[in-house]
Amino acid sequence: MPIQHHLEDATLMAYAAGSLPEAFNLIIAAHVSLCDDCRATLESYDAIGGAVVEHTECAEMSPGSLAQALARLELTVHEAPEPRRNTGALPTPLQDYVGGDLDAIRWRSIGMGVKQAILPTSSDATARLLFIPAGAAIPDHSHAGTEMTLVLQGAFQDEGGRYARGDIDVADGDVTHMPIADMAEDCICLAVTDAPLKFKGLLPRIAQKFARI
Amino acid sequence: MITQTHSSETRASRPPLGQATESVVLNMAMETKPLSTPDSSASNPEWAALMQQVRDHQDRAAFSVLFTHFAPRIKGFLIKSGADATMAEECAQDVMTTVWRKSHLFDPTRAAVSTWIFTIARNRRIDMLRRQNRPQPEDLPWGPEPEPDQADVLALQQDTENLAQALATLPAQQRDLIEKAYFGELSQSEIAKITGLPLGTIKSRIRLALERLRHIMK
Repeated sequence: MPIQHHLEDATLMAYAAGSLPEAFNLIIAAHVSLCDDCRATLESYDAIGGAVVEHTECAEMSPGSLAQALARLELTVHEAPEPRRNTGALPTPLQDYVGGDLDAIRWRSIGMGVKQAILPTSSDATARLLFIPAGAAIPDHSHAGTEMTLVLQGAFQDEGGRYARGDIDVADGDVTHMPIADMAEDCICLAVTDAPLKFKGLLPRIAQKFARI
Repeated sequence: MITQTHSSETRASRPPLGQATESVVLNMAMETKPLSTPDSSASNPEWAALMQQVRDHQDRAAFSVLFTHFAPRIKGFLIKSGADATMAEECAQDVMTTVWRKSHLFDPTRAAVSTWIFTIARNRRIDMLRRQNRPQPEDLPWGPEPEPDQADVLALQQDTENLAQALATLPAQQRDLIEKAYFGELSQSEIAKITGLPLGTIKSRIRLALERLRHIMK
């Protein structure tokens, strides 16, 4: 089934321009790895970047810079083309953060069978992998900022529809939602937030203090 | 930092570009724009040929031509993006060395040389100014075709040129906004107000190139 839920153009443009926090760059890179439609849009925004560079006022390089560059080429290995085929469940940019595929994820339980693994990114936004057992729900929560959720395995449903591998769900402060994993398979997602989630009910909020979600 | 207004919409159900009410709407009829002279253009097909010389023959003369044209532009771009002159010079050198080292990844059916060099410069900028890693989409594992159809290469360079022309003829205020975005000066919500960029043609072309590559793999 082709990917149904994509990134917005403005998000891809911001990624092309290079102005997003690392955690968002990660989830966008992971989605684009799975979605040729968004890849084509992204590469179009890159073309605008190329045009901007082309029309930027030149800043003269110092005398001898070309000679220096040519001297550096002597020391530079001309990398050979090397086909890299990723057969894992995690797209390559995610594997770089996990240090391997699914079996390398260091899960920590956060209760009710739900597990998470926080990935090391800059602190302006948080990226974490979530494991939701088949048929289970993530506690009802809303967002102070933006949350993006990319499905890597299985599927979940929320008010916005059904999300399967490669689909990305974007929720902002106005949305309260309760994603429920499909019965057929445990669901693994990458979730990125730029502000802590707000859970309804006291107990999840206490748990949240310890789980950093 | 990030604001999304159409969070649960799919691409198909989104309102067409240009219907936004309070956005900066850029109207351009790109198909009717005249072409500039090839010598000075962003997508001069010659650049792609020079890159292929670098890739296939480690041609230092071809590299020198690319360096002379692009290094001062990269340096200018980095200074506009907030680097000081020394840092920008050093990074422009790095970017051009990367162009040499990674020339096998350049795919002229998907990107003009200016586009490809921009992506390297942007990544280097994030690395340098924010000291952050920038996650990249996975490379297509079967890489660029070694002998791409020249008609596809030319068509993509032409689309890039048309896009650059369309941008160049925008009112100064709108062009400034786009430049600011790429210099890293706009937030995501400010970027969201830029709509109506004429990406349709080039996007379809890149989409086709991607399909072709996927097909070759099978």
